[in-house]
Amino acid sequence: MFCVFKRLSFLLLVASISAHAQDDVLKIRITQGIEGAQPIAIAPFSWIGGNIPPQTDMAQVIADDLARSARFAPIPFSELPSKPAAADQVNFQDFRMLGTPNLVIGRLTQQANNRFVAEFRLFDVFRAQQITGFQVESSAADLRRKAHQFSDIIYERLTGERGAFDTRIAYITEHKLGDPKRRYRLIVADSDGFNPQPTLQSPAPILSPTWSPDGQQLAYVSFEQERPRIFIQQLSTGTRRMVADFPGLNSAPSFSPDGSRLAMALSKDGNPEIYLLYLGSNRLQRLTNNPAIDTEPAWAPDGRSIIFTSDRGGTPNIYRVPITGGREERLTFEGRYNSRATFSPQGTKIAFVHAVDGRFSIATLDMENNALRILTDTRLDESPSFAPNGSMILYATSDDEGSSLAAVSTDGRVRQRLGVALQVVREPAWGPFRNP
Amino acid sequence: MQYRITKFLLILASAAALAACEGTVGTQEGTTTGSEVGTASSSTSSAVMPSSGFQGHPLDDPSSMLSRRTVYFDFDSSEIKPDARGIIEAHAEYLSSNRSASITLEGHADERGTREYNVALGERRSNAVRQLITLMGASGQQNRTVSYGEERPVCSEHNESCWSQNRRVEIIYRTR
Repeated sequence: MFCVFKRLSFLLLVASISAHAQDDVLKIRITQGIEGAQPIAIAPFSWIGGNIPPQTDMAQVIADDLARSARFAPIPFSELPSKPAAADQVNFQDFRMLGTPNLVIGRLTQQANNRFVAEFRLFDVFRAQQITGFQVESSAADLRRKAHQFSDIIYERLTGERGAFDTRIAYITEHKLGDPKRRYRLIVADSDGFNPQPTLQSPAPILSPTWSPDGQQLAYVSFEQERPRIFIQQLSTGTRRMVADFPGLNSAPSFSPDGSRLAMALSKDGNPEIYLLYLGSNRLQRLTNNPAIDTEPAWAPDGRSIIFTSDRGGTPNIYRVPITGGREERLTFEGRYNSRATFSPQGTKIAFVHAVDGRFSIATLDMENNALRILTDTRLDESPSFAPNGSMILYATSDDEGSSLAAVSTDGRVRQRLGVALQVVREPAWGPFRNP
Repeated sequence: MQYRITKFLLILASAAALAACEGTVGTQEGTTTGSEVGTASSSTSSAVMPSSGFQGHPLDDPSSMLSRRTVYFDFDSSEIKPDARGIIEAHAEYLSSNRSASITLEGHADERGTREYNVALGERRSNAVRQLITLMGASGQQNRTVSYGEERPVCSEHNESCWSQNRRVEIIYRTR
């Protein structure tokens, strides 16, 4: 009755490289910690159209998104008391009995020209009121993305925190093609692992993919000329340019928050030091000067300082330096090995690889009270990367089962694995928020 | 047991085909080199082929120190161990008496720790070998370095015996 429908504007995504291999699809498995999540009822979307509905099950996508956040525990479709398709079909009393405070219903309507109208409504079950409702037009191919956007709206309305389901991740896969041949791919996929798109394929290793703040570009290290060099690639067109080809190492790129500079480690002067490359002018600014290894720079969200790995104290630890130069401050003191740090989007924490007793785990350090927290208990974890809303940390892990991507909630409560056994997958990087 | 036999055959095959392997970075060479970790390595090779009267190129003589092309390191270390000095010295001597010969020193790390740090560590290892080989008589123009970090392991299991084979610098002849 009081349906407030808003229209989401939508942009057609230009797929850069359309070829994609099904074996690159990441399947997600929650491995720990679903207790404490809030139940939510999501009814299957009703279908108004021809005999064959589109492949995308929007209600399932939304349920999977919310479950993955670990803040919600969607009730299985089979346990729902009814499957209302419209607001006037909802019997709130039935859903109150389930103990769920919220209900999502939705509808997908076929239109001419193979287009669809997707809509959903989110209800407060106890007050019997609609909280919000949205309607969008979409192509069949775009329905998954619309479902992620619906998840973002639901998540934000119920938690007060911006959702990060409609985002993308980048990662590297390695396929063994018979010794010693390998095929490396730089993949960009949706945040749930679907829709993997190879953006680069190479017989030589690819390392350290990192997103530009607008999500339009990836910088990475490629060994394609038998040595590490840094490239920036435009995702929409696939065009790329080499930005660092100095003697020695060209490694560990990281975009500044305003996108104007690329921090990197170069060893052109004898050993790895942190530099800033001004992308407009190609001017280089050297930030560190130390005979030890200085590498893996990452920006503070305010763009005023850089954290990096250095073994100047004998073992690798995290240090911080203002981008104007000046005093370098050591941040980590515990454990045998601390490296490859990254800032949380809010700037309140850093996440990094932390080793104690031969186990390489993901840990966070609170920047206010210096509290160290170990979040994972596997043996070989690396490449932590925050979701743009700071709620989860994506990382790579390997054990006797093989290697995979994994995610842990920033509070350490929930862990999940993304991955397939047939390939080596690593170096995940979570992209920024996208404009709808 | 079968593994040992395979390993033995590999060593045999590699001794015979070392010339073919030379210059490749592939796992074939890597595996055999890898099995040489520890003490038995050079004696195994010399038991297979007669040590005296070798007729081929000195770099192909399996009984020569020159047949050993890999230097191993401790975890997170680029310090050259005493037992590796003989290998480096032999190559330095060869390079100083064969000025047209040139090598690439390829630095590697094991899988533990982070990838970019390991690329830096591999570079530091190859630079350490380069420094020593130059001190011992090779010229700077004869050697170049590259690091692959942990990206090109010769052994892929998650244990110390594997890791110790992967923490290495490979001496690769570009020209003889």
